[in-house]
Amino acid sequence: MKFSLAIYAAPYTSQASATALKFAQTLLSDGHEVHRVFFYGDGVHNGSRLISPPQDEINLHQDWQTLADQYSLDLVVCIAAALRRGILDQSEAKRYSKEVDNLGAPFELSGLGQLVDACVNSDRVITFGA
Amino acid sequence: MSSKLATKKILFISRKAPYGCAMAKECLDALLAASAYEQDLGLLFMGDGVFQLKKEQQPEAGRQKNISATLPVLSMYDIKDIYLQASALAERGLTADDLVIPVKALNNNEICELMGQQDQLLSF
Repeated sequence: MKFSLAIYAAPYTSQASATALKFAQTLLSDGHEVHRVFFYGDGVHNGSRLISPPQDEINLHQDWQTLADQYSLDLVVCIAAALRRGILDQSEAKRYSKEVDNLGAPFELSGLGQLVDACVNSDRVITFGA
Repeated sequence: MSSKLATKKILFISRKAPYGCAMAKECLDALLAASAYEQDLGLLFMGDGVFQLKKEQQPEAGRQKNISATLPVLSMYDIKDIYLQASALAERGLTADDLVIPVKALNNNEICELMGQQDQLLSF
């Protein structure tokens, strides 16, 4: 079955983004397809490559990266929600004259249309952190 | 924009009060964005979400945009299927007269039925 995930929760604040990661890992290892992971609201913080948890804790950003590399996942961060919260890629940092950017590849900034596309092109969209 | 997309029935479920967190606003942002893609969209207010419909909101003092100003505009975006959970409204001491727009009140069985008719549910 083809799934998409919508994640609205910041990492570490609630269980939701860790649960979403685990859910995605399980889907993929069970042979399902993940069409897209869409990060919205506070969920955009999962895209920050500056996330630096203690060594003995899960690194959610890194684990999403690893999973995305393994399965060529589409990790989309809502651009409107991200800019408000200070999650910027190189071109947005330049556009807003910021000295630094913090979005880690393969996370990508894009619009809410990607959530609609996920609804249309997936059998199920599962929301985490609503 | 993306007229190549198939049409799906998508119900946006908004369950949070308007200003304590960003969820109510982000639900409406997502809904308005979705309206550009020619989908069959609906909006259901449940639980504290019914507070978004209340007349006489004054969020400006808290430097927030007034959510209730967006609601009357939804019909212009072809979003006409707007529902609320009748029990949530009653539990909060509100009636249809307290609301900025007319909304179809559904009991919980009708909500189950509505959800069953959808291709996707997006909960906020």
